[in-house]
Amino acid sequence: MDDQIRLRVTRYRPDKDREPTWQDYDVPLREEWTVLDALNHVKSDIDTTLAFRWSCRMGICGSCGMNVEGEPRLTCATFLSDYAPGPVRVEPLGNFPVARDLVVDIEDFMEKLPRVKPWIIRDEEQPVDDGEYLQTPEELDAYKQFSMCINCMLCYAACPVYGLDPDFVGPAAIALAERYDLDSRDQGARERLDVLIEHEGVYGCTFVGECTRVCPKHVDPAGAIQRYKLKAAQQSVKAFLLPRALR
Amino acid sequence: MSDLSYRRPISVWWWTRKRTYFLFVMRELSSLFIAWLVLYLLLLIRAVDRGPAAYADFLDRAASPWLVVLNVVAFGFVLLHTVTWFSLTPQAMVVSVRGRRVPGAAIIAGQYAGLVVVSAIVYWLVTR
Amino acid sequence: MSDPPPAGTHDVLLVGGGAAGLRAAIAVAESRPDLDVAVVSKVYPMRSHTVSAEGGAAGVIAEGDTLEEHIYDTISGSDWLGDQDAIEAFVHEAPRELLRLEHWGCPWSRQQDGHVAVRAFGGMKKMRTWFAADKTGFHMLHALFQTSLKFGAVRRYDEWFVTKLLVDDGRVHGVVAVELRTGRIEAIAAKAVILATGGCGKVFPFTTNANINTGDGMALAYRAGAPLKDMEFVQYHPTGLPFTGILITEATRAEGAWLLNKDGYRYLQDYDLGKPTPTPELRSMELGPRDRLSQAFIHEQEKGRTVESPYGDVVHLDLRHLGAKLIDTKLPFVRELCLKYERIDPVTDLIPVRPVVHYMMGGVSTDGDGATPVAGLFAAGETACVSINGANRLGSNSLPECLVFGARAGAAAAEYAGSAAPPSPTVAAQVSDEVRRIEGVMGEVPRDDSVASIRTEMQETMEEAAGIYRNGEALAKGADRLRELQGRLPKVGVLDTSRSWNTELVGALEAANMLDIAECMLASALQREESRGAHQRTDFPARDDERFLVHQLNHRDADGTPRVEKLPVTITRWPPGERVYGR
Repeated sequence: MDDQIRLRVTRYRPDKDREPTWQDYDVPLREEWTVLDALNHVKSDIDTTLAFRWSCRMGICGSCGMNVEGEPRLTCATFLSDYAPGPVRVEPLGNFPVARDLVVDIEDFMEKLPRVKPWIIRDEEQPVDDGEYLQTPEELDAYKQFSMCINCMLCYAACPVYGLDPDFVGPAAIALAERYDLDSRDQGARERLDVLIEHEGVYGCTFVGECTRVCPKHVDPAGAIQRYKLKAAQQSVKAFLLPRALR
Repeated sequence: MSDLSYRRPISVWWWTRKRTYFLFVMRELSSLFIAWLVLYLLLLIRAVDRGPAAYADFLDRAASPWLVVLNVVAFGFVLLHTVTWFSLTPQAMVVSVRGRRVPGAAIIAGQYAGLVVVSAIVYWLVTR
Repeated sequence: MSDPPPAGTHDVLLVGGGAAGLRAAIAVAESRPDLDVAVVSKVYPMRSHTVSAEGGAAGVIAEGDTLEEHIYDTISGSDWLGDQDAIEAFVHEAPRELLRLEHWGCPWSRQQDGHVAVRAFGGMKKMRTWFAADKTGFHMLHALFQTSLKFGAVRRYDEWFVTKLLVDDGRVHGVVAVELRTGRIEAIAAKAVILATGGCGKVFPFTTNANINTGDGMALAYRAGAPLKDMEFVQYHPTGLPFTGILITEATRAEGAWLLNKDGYRYLQDYDLGKPTPTPELRSMELGPRDRLSQAFIHEQEKGRTVESPYGDVVHLDLRHLGAKLIDTKLPFVRELCLKYERIDPVTDLIPVRPVVHYMMGGVSTDGDGATPVAGLFAAGETACVSINGANRLGSNSLPECLVFGARAGAAAAEYAGSAAPPSPTVAAQVSDEVRRIEGVMGEVPRDDSVASIRTEMQETMEEAAGIYRNGEALAKGADRLRELQGRLPKVGVLDTSRSWNTELVGALEAANMLDIAECMLASALQREESRGAHQRTDFPARDDERFLVHQLNHRDADGTPRVEKLPVTITRWPPGERVYGR
């Protein structure tokens, strides 16, 4: 007789329910199963109406973020057996509006992303035929960590500032801005600063540090934000002290 | 089409639900106690400045149970403040020496070393 | 009562937001800011399966490498089924596309002097594979997506599932799509449509592919009258993790990893792939082409020399001699994946691997500019079959393929849209029919059958019939079984009656797409009575250039079944020869 484990899953049908409810499912407790495997088992064998996002199942696409036992996790990278004997609470990713069952509305994040201008900004573009912009391995290392973000938004789910004030630009967006600022090929730091120096920009962050703790790709967004604050402060001091010509 | 998504309410007790959140709020709270101890230190200096009578008076008051409890609690918070901020410094500051990044542990150790040195100097100043 | 107006009207519409789709969108937005371009995708673009590509992207850039050699490697890799004019164009443009991506921020790994680094890859005579550690697809996709955000005019329909192409009078007028969030079904009108929806690995049970790779674009084209091409050619990547099917990149072998059987023996030397050397030799042994390596596994399995594991037979990929430093620098993601999903450390342990379905050489038949026979309909990336990959694709050719043909299709679509008449309102009737059809799917009375069982049976059928080695009998039996499944699917109910985020409905629509694709794959495989590249027939074990130096097209007949026709391969300067590796 196979071991079983109980999943306690959030259900919400926007056209029928006024608020989310729970539904319990008993699934096999297989050693190699992730929470995502368990959810897929529910969907194909027990309840075809359960809705959730997933795609790559290898922790690179960022689709399957949910709150498992209250912690933001990638369900494809979270093993069921870690929660034995259960029950395991599976809820939609925290701090985002619930669209349906385990699916959250991430439009707020999608709107914030372009605001920080996450692309190479240059005063003058070098023609492609002239070859690549030279960048040493050391220069690549300077921003590499911050380029690893898979946009899974576990950091937003973990951030109490974002939970209390959804206007906060948020960890991933700021880390991405820092990724471009530190890229030796980019010259757009000034433009991004103007966006992030606002109240809901970097200064909204109180360095709780939860974002870094939950990040599955070790991006360290908290570090990116504090470094950005330091940079912003230095810029402000410079602007104050130096005559315009020397800035 | 109207937005039928559900916004989950956040309880005022959100910070008691997770150990890391609780620690964060305590860390922030510790600044109040830092402020208190700075004030207390200034009062001590003023008492010393005003002469032996004022100083004795200050010491009497310091012995009162309320103040002792307050100062012990405040000291606890100072320790928390120090340990947490020392640990967070490497995340906020990237220090490079001759092109190589100084490891976080070294930055943290450096701060404690600095603390010891400053404490030693203060101790010497006070006891000479 | 009049039909609702379309959700939008555009000059060029991209279906799919991966590397090919985004590249095409940027191509249109950059070159023709006067045109209105939009991207519709069933997932947010950064979730597209491009994101999981690991190894690298090939482009001639190193000293001593020549375009001719890359062309030859690709042609011989394709077992001479690739169209040589298309391959020539592809190889010429690949380096510039990769440089363009570099300018857009892609963090290519570098040499000490700051120039882009290249590495070896399977089937390539010279080192020409650009890489971004071992997350090349991830970095490319994010660079493309973030760059696309620069062009605020590009409208995006995120999480809209396209169910039908609107075609009238031999030309395309747009699509019908379901908005997943609300369930509303509407037309998106467009003068030109580019299909870039990736492959269809999910027709098989064991694949590196993501949940989303269900051949949607291929099915859309097929039903709209645009034929599919070379559908019998399925690439089995030699090294996938057992149970999950997660890809372990070819880059491991490029860096020097060995494939060992149960006796610790580098078995590839028994299969005319050269002699083992301590460091990798290009176009030899572990750096042979993927089809030959996967075939070698089957032979080892038949000889009883593979390793038994709880999830099927495996062989071992040995990285231990590479050292932790190299693995952490060049293959960090591989190490992470093994630790997480196999609970082993490649620095000290052998990695269990087995061949896994990975890529479709076949797809929507296009010319070198991504155009299909249906006016205004284009395709690019894995969805398309130009063909540059022929009977077998070389690793690191498909990422630049997305860029080169994404750009070409974008340019061609823009030119077409620039002078085409606006989409006709007469397709409104088609839209209403489609709305009714989909709502009908939701209303079916459920029987004791399910989309999930049909999907599982389809996958089992495909594994039996269309494995690495095929035969006529298994193929015919498989085709019959698929016909039976095709009959069952329309009768299955969708229990979920909610309009919002009805993933069960999407699953049913995807299953219908996959069944159509699977049927085409088996029909073509049955007709190709030879062995070439990734299509190996035990009943026809030799390559037959006289009868089969041709592509095979699948046209959809009125009864929904695929009719197979032949199309000659374009040979320019490289007459068919023997594929030689390791000597």
